[in-house]
Amino acid sequence: MIDFIWLALFVSGVGTAMVTGRMQVVSNAILKGAENGVELCIGLIGAISLWMGLMHIAERAGAVAWLARRLKPIAHRLFPSVPADHPAMGAILANMSANLLGIGNAATPLGLKAMEELQKLNSHPDRASDAMCTLLAVNTASITLIPTTVIALRMQYHSSHPSAVVLTTLVASLIGTCAALAFDRIFRALSHRRQTP
Amino acid sequence: MSDAWTAISEWMLPLVVSVILLAGAWRRVPIYQAFVQGAKGGFSTAVRLIPHLVAMMVAVSVFRASGAMDGLVHLLDPVLTWLHVPAEVAPMGILRPVTGQGSLALMIDIFQKHGPDSHLGLLASTMQASSDTTLYILTVYFGSVGIYRFRYALAVGLLSDFVSVLASVFAVWLLSGIIQV
Repeated sequence: MIDFIWLALFVSGVGTAMVTGRMQVVSNAILKGAENGVELCIGLIGAISLWMGLMHIAERAGAVAWLARRLKPIAHRLFPSVPADHPAMGAILANMSANLLGIGNAATPLGLKAMEELQKLNSHPDRASDAMCTLLAVNTASITLIPTTVIALRMQYHSSHPSAVVLTTLVASLIGTCAALAFDRIFRALSHRRQTP
Repeated sequence: MSDAWTAISEWMLPLVVSVILLAGAWRRVPIYQAFVQGAKGGFSTAVRLIPHLVAMMVAVSVFRASGAMDGLVHLLDPVLTWLHVPAEVAPMGILRPVTGQGSLALMIDIFQKHGPDSHLGLLASTMQASSDTTLYILTVYFGSVGIYRFRYALAVGLLSDFVSVLASVFAVWLLSGIIQV
């Protein structure tokens, strides 16, 4: 999929340049683009380090555990097939909390742990269970309180309000997550009906 | 009202930093040591991004410099206008579920051209932040436990990505009147 998109961007770009006669501009753009990519990452080190440092403090202070406790009642409703005291529930809660805090590199390992635990409850090991589908719906649309990378990049580009994105992201991701859960419910009901005619 | 929101977004960063530090100190975390430990990963994360961003920035700048981006935007314009999605962010919406680094490159492109505080800049930021890379998550999560039958998970992911794009437009429209950008 990524291969296809990458190729399509190049081929359609070069193709258009042949028609529009902008080959010189495109030729410059190739090298300029590579340079931009590196410069950007180097410039990003400061802001990313800052957020990762702060988030590490928050994590050590128990922010993930605190949020997980708050989320428990919601998680029970979202994952009716997972017993409350099963380790899968703990991993799901930790994964959701890390997502909320925008600690992406903590959320993925926790999510994988949750998948591992959910797999133990799964009766068809090569087929996704209902709870797994819900977990993925929550993760792909993830509600985000602090979008750390985007704030870092806004700082990098001298935004006068780097955190203006917090409020808009909260609203947008809340709507997105509600939609994801609604779709999940609808598709789950449809797939159950198909299985038990 | 708008002054209040501007003040809030100005206060936000110093406030978040103070709250985190105070919470850490209160829970007896060695805050300086913890910060340094966490921040150490910043370098490797940024460096790990380099190959992805080089690959994507090159492709995106070829696509843009050649005029192909303008062509695509022109082509999609009627549908997008109807949905109230600015054409400039449409390629981002398409790329977001497929590659997070790719849409990040497009977001940066918009920052460079329009500035992060412009309407488009804020919209691009929101689109990038409010959704995750669906294909990556599906591949990694299902791959890790050896599941091949995804059932409806991909459909749910992509449909909600589409809703997220519209929700971002809505959220920026709703709040840009209040936050002064």
